[in-house]
Amino acid sequence: MIGLVDCNNFYVSCERVFQPRLEGVPVGVMSNNDGCVIARSNELKQMGVEMGTPAFELRDLVRHQGVVLLSSNYELYGDMSARVREVLEEFSAGIEPYSIDEMFVKFDGFDAATTQALARTLYRTVRQFTGIPVSVGVAPTRTLAKLANRAAKKLPEYSGVCVMHADGDETRRLLERTALGDVWGVGRRLVERLAIQDIETAWDLRQTDPKAIRRRYSVTLERTVRELQGTPCIELNDANEPRQRIMTSRSFGRLTGELGDLQDAIRQHAQRGAEKLRQQDSHARAVLVFLKTKRHRPDLPQYSPSVVVELPEPTDDTRLILAAAQQGLEAIYRRGYRFMKGGMMLLDLVDANRQQLSLLDTPERAAQRDRDSQLMTVLDELNQKMGRGTVRLGIPRNNAAWHLRCGHRTPRWTTSWSELPTARA
Amino acid sequence: MRPSDIFQPHPAPTYHALPHPLATIRAGISGFPSPAEDYVGRTLDLNERLVKRPSATFFMTVTGDSMESFGIQDGDILVVDRSVNARPGHIVVALVDGEVIVKRYEILGRRPYLSSGNDRYAPIPVSDRDCQMWGVVRSVIHEYSV
Repeated sequence: MIGLVDCNNFYVSCERVFQPRLEGVPVGVMSNNDGCVIARSNELKQMGVEMGTPAFELRDLVRHQGVVLLSSNYELYGDMSARVREVLEEFSAGIEPYSIDEMFVKFDGFDAATTQALARTLYRTVRQFTGIPVSVGVAPTRTLAKLANRAAKKLPEYSGVCVMHADGDETRRLLERTALGDVWGVGRRLVERLAIQDIETAWDLRQTDPKAIRRRYSVTLERTVRELQGTPCIELNDANEPRQRIMTSRSFGRLTGELGDLQDAIRQHAQRGAEKLRQQDSHARAVLVFLKTKRHRPDLPQYSPSVVVELPEPTDDTRLILAAAQQGLEAIYRRGYRFMKGGMMLLDLVDANRQQLSLLDTPERAAQRDRDSQLMTVLDELNQKMGRGTVRLGIPRNNAAWHLRCGHRTPRWTTSWSELPTARA
Repeated sequence: MRPSDIFQPHPAPTYHALPHPLATIRAGISGFPSPAEDYVGRTLDLNERLVKRPSATFFMTVTGDSMESFGIQDGDILVVDRSVNARPGHIVVALVDGEVIVKRYEILGRRPYLSSGNDRYAPIPVSDRDCQMWGVVRSVIHEYSV
């Protein structure tokens, strides 16, 4: 069995841990670069505010309906995410972060009752230790675990924890209630094509013949069908993982403490990640960089840091992503540790074609952006034709323009001595 | 004795960190490899001492004087552990009416209270307020100006 632990309204929840007065209030977290909503509390969702809404459209709600808008505080979110992962690691050796707020947990070798109890323990413990509310979904495959998690979050009768088995009435009921578009890796276009065949729910899709699906659609969709039937076929970090998040990481060949080695690795990851972004027509707003020392080597000092760096604008430009990743790496690197693994995750993806134009945009900026995008296209083509790594980028210098505009950023409660929360005595 | 014979101290002696002596290092002398060899020369880490569970530990700054008799002064830093379940007698951080406060959790006449270490502040009855435990204070860091 595999579990998916998903933090509820993660960015807003991080803010609420240190500001109890935000509890029950409609809260939105805004991107610093273009001022759009990137996270919403349940209250704000209920008011009909969509992701990506620009701040100026919310002015009246702020004035008259008590809506609170905050600038994103990625340092805080990065730290809280690392804490959630650390808590989970106390229970299972197999934790795979899937995004900043979702983590897969291996639940191997437990009977049904123990699995249920363990899932409930994770739910309670993460909440208690970190203050972050989570939902826990457990199922035989990742695709089902995603759906179980959704049920745990949306259906009150589960109160946050749903263990889904491969077969049974309950599984059937849940799959029948799940629209196809909510199945992991089934995009809008596929939903339309499948609808023609009267396949409309997750249950309908599960009832199809995987081989026929493969002939008619793709191997990817065949895997989804098998996963819905309860046969695991998707591993993380391999090519068949549905492309909704982008993470690149790899173990180093040997333990290394050399900054140069780490920079090399991060450079490759940044390049690879930016390429993936362009393939799927997305832009990222922030970059998470992480390093890991080798667990199970208590004789070596342990240090597994991570940090989130916001990009100057939502982008798929390798150079910007590389510079941010590099800056992140320098911030977390410490001498005296030997790292086993390093990697990068691209966060808060937006559709490249639906990106808001910034008010600061000038014709020159737009022309520059066109040139940049041409450069990236050429880069991708060369690397595709002549082999990966034909054209690579050097490491850019730290750039002062990086410093962020953060109007309503809350204090860095957990990462800065001068910004600690206060307790009144 | 001429002044030049007097031994002069080095103007800028090299700095050596004090190694942390471990009794087990002796095992090496008797011919057995010491399991602690990898630790030789490491320095003491306050995190290891004060932060028992890093994932659940948060730091907070204190304002106010109500807890002085418990050794908590204005400007001190609290090491707060959310993984500990609050029991009577613990110093706790709690949310009362939307405010973050540090008090001592006590049972007075079978009812739970948040008390101050200062007679000028009355104990706050927990039951008839919007009150939530946030974490348990494990230690207090008080820095002197030097």
